[in-house]
Amino acid sequence: MHGLINKGLQGFLAETYGRQTWSRIADRANIAPEGFEALLTYDAQVTHDVLDAAVEVLGKPRAVLLEDLGTYLVSHPTTEPVRRLLRFGGLDFSDFMNSLDELPGRARLAVPDLWLPDIQTREVAPDAFAVACYSEFRGFGQILTGLLRAMADDYGALAFIEWEGERGGAEQVSVRLLEGDYSEGRQFDLSRKQAV
Amino acid sequence: MMPDPSQIPVPVEALDALLPMHVVVEPDGIVRHAAPTFRKICPVAEPVGMRFLDLLEIERPLTKVGTGDFENLVGARLRLRFRGRPGTSMKGVMTPLAPETGLLVDLSFGISVVAAVAEYGLTGADFAPSDQTIEMLYLAEANAAAMAEAHRLIGRLESSRDAANEASLTDGLTGLGNRRALEAWLAARVRSGRTFSLLQVDLDYFKAVNDTHGHGTGDAVLQAAAHRLRQGLRPGDDLARIGGDEFVALLDRTTDAAGLSALAERLIAAVEAPVCVGTTECRISASIGAAVSTGYAEPTLEAMLADADDALYTVKRTGRGRARIHAG
Repeated sequence: MHGLINKGLQGFLAETYGRQTWSRIADRANIAPEGFEALLTYDAQVTHDVLDAAVEVLGKPRAVLLEDLGTYLVSHPTTEPVRRLLRFGGLDFSDFMNSLDELPGRARLAVPDLWLPDIQTREVAPDAFAVACYSEFRGFGQILTGLLRAMADDYGALAFIEWEGERGGAEQVSVRLLEGDYSEGRQFDLSRKQAV
Repeated sequence: MMPDPSQIPVPVEALDALLPMHVVVEPDGIVRHAAPTFRKICPVAEPVGMRFLDLLEIERPLTKVGTGDFENLVGARLRLRFRGRPGTSMKGVMTPLAPETGLLVDLSFGISVVAAVAEYGLTGADFAPSDQTIEMLYLAEANAAAMAEAHRLIGRLESSRDAANEASLTDGLTGLGNRRALEAWLAARVRSGRTFSLLQVDLDYFKAVNDTHGHGTGDAVLQAAAHRLRQGLRPGDDLARIGGDEFVALLDRTTDAAGLSALAERLIAAVEAPVCVGTTECRISASIGAAVSTGYAEPTLEAMLADADDALYTVKRTGRGRARIHAG
């Protein structure tokens, strides 16, 4: 698993539940408390170990943790670069959903060795999307669910987004956009402010 | 009548959607229409009705700009900027419209797009959907983020390397102990109450080897000397390199002057045997100053080194290649 994803998971656990809790999770997962480097690649098992340890230490279901991770990646100040890069995907949430299939390609354009699972988005009705996420890493669709919810908020859209289980070898996520212009949303300027 | 296939009537709205940074210029050089993004970046509130060349300066290709006759600029790669505005320069292309309707001039920011987007506060809606500008901005930002992360990683690696160096007990060139190791060895001997001697070994004529044959040869000679000194000691003795050509040995048990002198002479003889580096034969020697732990109530590295150094200085002054024991 790419270090960026592991580092995201580490950041989510450490910043949501505190560094001490992260140290306990790291301990239980048999990794150093310094955790992951974003530019390195790790064995997939390490990610599972950290997740299993987090489930035990925090007493929360894995699915809940993964959805919260997806939300964290978009909404936390630390991960602002992720939010910004995602916002390049569309002018509004509907536009963003229509370019969601490009997400792995966009990720690879930014980080050539970052492979995200294949995503196939079908517009099943006006403003209703069925997203299929083909990943060897089970739970990617749950991360995506949390991420899409946070992106809808970010665009100021009102949307119902649900993880619908697995079907046909893919995790299924349903997205129903009720109102694209529901709230103000968050500011996005094409040009990045100097603070990195 | 069949429509002429070479003429496609294009409404202005379609041009605005496809080329949001274009202007249409009448045959007499007056701007007739300006597309939305062009208006947004234009320093003049109403460009329509102005002379195109009063609005924009064509910087390249200079030789073809001439008197303002646009004909020989058609199809050329233009570089333009707004007059009275030192900011971003733009790329452009001119193409004639239907006869007698004038020219279309389309602009883009080219490589200065990142600065231009910030300067003019442009959004995704200011570019045509088929335009690659947004992808280019995405890539520039992703690249900056990856570089920033790489810099942070290098910073972390550097600090851990510094920490590792600091914690290191080994001299990288010779594999012997370094000064930190020497301190630890000496402290251990003092703690256990063992008596021991300290030999400071200073290579003679080493600088000449370095100066004559270069540092590569110098390094090889240092490694050879280190090896020979180590061979000349017994198991349990310790040897460190504490400076360029300075070595320190800690010897257990041998504390009498005669034994110490004999050992020192053997070490010097070993170092004096010629060293061959490639086809170069190098000859060096060594001077040794010694101090014995029994001469101190509480032996410390500083005190013993200072006394050994004293003895060594005397040797150096009275001819090299010999050993001397500090009188205590």
